[in-house]
Amino acid sequence: MNIVVIDQQKERASLIKEALGEAGFPDVVVLAETDRLLERLAELDPDAVLIDLEAPSRDMLEQMFEVSRQVKRPVAMFVDDSDESSIAAAVEAGVGAYVVNGLAKERIKPVMELAISRYNTFSRLQTELDAAKAALTERKLIDRAKGILMKMKGIEEEEAYKLLRNTAMNQNRRIAEIAESIVTAAELLQK
Amino acid sequence: MTAIRIGFIPLVDAAPLVALKEIGFAREEGIEVSLHREISWSNIRDKLAVGLYDASHLLAPMALATNLGLAGPPADLVVPYVLNLNGDVVCATTDFLHAVGLPANASPSAISEKIRAGTLGRPVTFGVPFFFSTHHFLLRYWLAAEGIDPAKDVRIEVIPPPLMPEAIANGVIDGMMVGEPWGSVSVDMGTASIFLSATDIWAGAPEKVFGMRRRWTEENADAVHALLRALYRASNWAQDPGNRVTLSELLAKESYLDLSAEVIERALSGALTRTPQGLQERVERFMVFQSGASSFPWLSQALWFLDQMERWGFMKVTPEHRRLVRNIMAPNLYRESLSPLGIDVPSANAKLEGSLSEPTPAASAAGRLFLDPDRFCDGAIFDPDLVA
Repeated sequence: MNIVVIDQQKERASLIKEALGEAGFPDVVVLAETDRLLERLAELDPDAVLIDLEAPSRDMLEQMFEVSRQVKRPVAMFVDDSDESSIAAAVEAGVGAYVVNGLAKERIKPVMELAISRYNTFSRLQTELDAAKAALTERKLIDRAKGILMKMKGIEEEEAYKLLRNTAMNQNRRIAEIAESIVTAAELLQK
Repeated sequence: MTAIRIGFIPLVDAAPLVALKEIGFAREEGIEVSLHREISWSNIRDKLAVGLYDASHLLAPMALATNLGLAGPPADLVVPYVLNLNGDVVCATTDFLHAVGLPANASPSAISEKIRAGTLGRPVTFGVPFFFSTHHFLLRYWLAAEGIDPAKDVRIEVIPPPLMPEAIANGVIDGMMVGEPWGSVSVDMGTASIFLSATDIWAGAPEKVFGMRRRWTEENADAVHALLRALYRASNWAQDPGNRVTLSELLAKESYLDLSAEVIERALSGALTRTPQGLQERVERFMVFQSGASSFPWLSQALWFLDQMERWGFMKVTPEHRRLVRNIMAPNLYRESLSPLGIDVPSANAKLEGSLSEPTPAASAAGRLFLDPDRFCDGAIFDPDLVA
């Protein structure tokens, strides 16, 4: 089975390609380019297309399916699929599948399930990574703000932190926000 | 109650939805709404179909294509409300105009003459935002009215609206039909001129509609009634010229269009900047949110789109298709929801399309209703009874 994966996230695309290879689908081509998609698909003549639903090229792909005589008319995985919960799972995970060469539903199903699970894994990893980055950025901000307070008010680190925390509590804001204001103000006043 | 989830594409005609939330019309009706920006119309359609959204900004022909099984997951959508008439522009790129020897302020007929004559030496490529879009059907309609064969003399490419200015700048397309503000954005970049408005092609063209799953409307009847009442008031508010400044500032916000309020205000007022040199033109009824029963879901409008799908060979229409399509528009849901507001709603569910040149009285509950002009550029009149 020839599978084309259209995804702007390179890491995710290779994650899927690898997983498909392990599951016994070695013929996977990843396309990231939105340009010349039609020509590339005509050349590759895939049996199935997996696409990132957030890819802006998706509406173009749908047009190809409507008008193209170059690509054999693909059918959205969803059409004549009565399993509503699996359709919802795919859309929720952010992946769409199109079946091209009259491929039987049972054959695309494992591919689809694999794609859904990899998309979900990827977004979980992404969320964790984003959260870790955000926490790190906040800690750095707070450290800088503490440093500024210590220098300007001649106080100890512990006292500087308390001041930040109390101000945040009084103003019903987060410590990081207060720290950010202090850093910004200090930068402005220095110039 | 949980918030009603609504998808939208960053366009000026998302205005009634933004007002619904931001000006508090939803809250006044006791409902909460959350708005979700999407990159592509396919996504909006799929998320609505599988229930990730409860209601959505939709291109008028999209509900038809979905219920006819032409694209996307199977779904039974209904359209109880039309969000706006018109608001699209047709643009030619500065490079195209230069290549065919026309000035930046060239007239539509001068441009169509060059396309017809094949002056460019290759088919002229136009971008439209979606295959099943009002733009696609209106552009074909105008080209055909100008004696151009849309299947032979031009190429039509789908490009999502926010990506259109970039496609114009990169010379991927020679022109486009797109919803505002994306035409004006290209004019400001110096890469295109606006030469026609959708209202010049069909003065009464339904542009975006408000779509929902039929089952959801049945299971949440009270919420749907409240939602439509709030939306009706939001549309009136958006139509009021006195609210244009506030509305354009709201739409300009990062979570909505993330563009300057000035470029957005042009579509709201119909005061367009047509060329990179700054040529001004005021287009009457450029984008209509509420006037002369404009938000009423006329069956005849859905049948017109179906007729156009057949005209261009997208499908072979059967009486069963017509029955399906008539069933998409939900005029009764509109009436049930809005009658408590004392609104004068049309008595009929369908009308002749293209027959009015000026505001004309129409049969209605209170007899005070006037319908606005709805002419086609070629003067044709579409009689839904002749196809039904």
